[in-house]
Amino acid sequence: MRGLAMRGRLNAGLVAGGALVAVVVLAALVSFVWTPYDPTLVDAAAKLHEPGGGHLLGADKFGRDTLSQLMVGARTTLYVGIVAVGIAALLGTPLGVLAGMTPRGWLSELVMRVNDLVFAFPALLLAVMLGAVYGAGTLTAMIAIGVATVPAFARVARAATLQVMVTDYVLAARAAGRRGGAVALRHVLPNISSVLIVQASVSFAIAILAEAALSFLGFGTRPPTPSWGRMLQESQELLFSTPRLALWPGLAVALAVLGFNLLGDGLRDFLDPKLRRIRADG
Amino acid sequence: MTLYLVRRLAVLVASTAVAGVVVFAFMALLPGDPAEIALGVNATPEAVAELRAQFGTDRPPVTQFLDWFGGLAQGDFGTSYVTSAPIGPQISDRLGVTAVLVLGGMAVALAVAVPLGTYAAVHHRDPLGAALSALSQVGIAVPAFLAGILLVFVFAVRAQVLPSGGYVPLAEDPGEWLRSLLLPWLSLGLVQGAVLTRYVRSAVLDVLREDYLRTARAKGRGRTGALWRHGLRNASVPVVTVLGLQLATLLIGAVVVERVFVIPGLGDLLLNGVAGRDLLLVQGVVMVLVAAVLLINFVVDVAYHLLDPRLR
Repeated sequence: MRGLAMRGRLNAGLVAGGALVAVVVLAALVSFVWTPYDPTLVDAAAKLHEPGGGHLLGADKFGRDTLSQLMVGARTTLYVGIVAVGIAALLGTPLGVLAGMTPRGWLSELVMRVNDLVFAFPALLLAVMLGAVYGAGTLTAMIAIGVATVPAFARVARAATLQVMVTDYVLAARAAGRRGGAVALRHVLPNISSVLIVQASVSFAIAILAEAALSFLGFGTRPPTPSWGRMLQESQELLFSTPRLALWPGLAVALAVLGFNLLGDGLRDFLDPKLRRIRADG
Repeated sequence: MTLYLVRRLAVLVASTAVAGVVVFAFMALLPGDPAEIALGVNATPEAVAELRAQFGTDRPPVTQFLDWFGGLAQGDFGTSYVTSAPIGPQISDRLGVTAVLVLGGMAVALAVAVPLGTYAAVHHRDPLGAALSALSQVGIAVPAFLAGILLVFVFAVRAQVLPSGGYVPLAEDPGEWLRSLLLPWLSLGLVQGAVLTRYVRSAVLDVLREDYLRTARAKGRGRTGALWRHGLRNASVPVVTVLGLQLATLLIGAVVVERVFVIPGLGDLLLNGVAGRDLLLVQGVVMVLVAAVLLINFVVDVAYHLLDPRLR
């Protein structure tokens, strides 16, 4: 990351994406110290309260304040995203680097075959299976999304490693007798880090979508913890009378995903325009 | 090509088998004995043992797996521990509904993406081309079930021209069948169409920069003619790959969209199975979905080789 500011120019995607992500992060952080109401507080007097008059965005059928729920929901979303992307990066990166450094070995072949197999288990199916065995919740959702995202990281890390391995400095380091581990740590990882950062941002967007879908189906965050996906699910029965209950969480999901996608694209252009090719191939 | 096909087919069979082991092992991890659960806490040990023998869960796990997996090939998914109904017919009934949902969604996605993506590429310097590109970015950010809720709001709540949910079989009333599927198709297809538009755009952009297209133009073909004759086949190679990945995404998206529109497909069956703790049913549906994803990947790989002669 050294000299990051000097390496590229700010672009529209980076600024817009960064701003959207910053809003989500800020909402989540502020929710730790302040929300307009307790997001889980059931208040019969505020039942389906219209926006305004103390409830800026209104309240749901239990009288729970929508804005407060959205703010704490941002926390849930980020929490799931961070853990899921963390799992995917920590497992996928070493596997991809390993496969990229030994492109013709059986190890590489094994890693890529296992990768293809995991790829056949989308996050939703993993979450349903995990939920059936251990009971559905935030933890099973995070693990499912994380494991399902491993192949994406492994593929991208492998593609980038393959490119780094044929550079002169890696050939020189190997000629000088450096072992594989040292080459991986000193030369490969620092040089593929930009690709991984971009992948993390894009995967974060996918994780947000997956969490929303899982919570919508009842395989994600359990009540009473607020989550955007469950807010959407609860809004569905009132769609005819109170459509705004679907509007706000829907907007939150879409803007957060848009933010992370734009940030990913922006970072790619910012960090290294040449990366376009790697991501397209991976 | 034949050698490639044989090798790729072997990989397909092997990965399906391994996936079967994974699914089976996963469900075997479940705490509790199906026979004990079925009979409740007051059951005598003899009754439990008898039911266990009837279920076949008293046999070694490897035998159980081979029996289950061998049955799959003949469409025998076993008999539910909960409802005592055979699972195979339930799955095949629902598979058709989900397949129609997914293929319709794909058709919508293609109908949106190919013209819009090509236009955005050819006119990438015009405001409209750039606007299309930005719009697709917004489309990607909307999950299919949210698109479904929005479409229900617009077409069922406000305009009241289409039903908000439910499913009418084709044999019963073709008109109503179509009406009941229009919104689900759009929910799945518009979102995937947005994703696909970006890939079509970048594939066509790449082709537009190629020498052979410039040669075709120099020989007097118009821009559209040159693109049609020389560009589309070349642009289709990366798009087909994405299309395959998207088909898998659509399959999973269908699970969620079926919930939004109360459509009796595989997703509905799966979620009902989980709710009713019908484990053999869950195991069967998960296996079908995983096998479908593997099969899609296989078809994509083969199509990729057919489309790109350099890979042969």
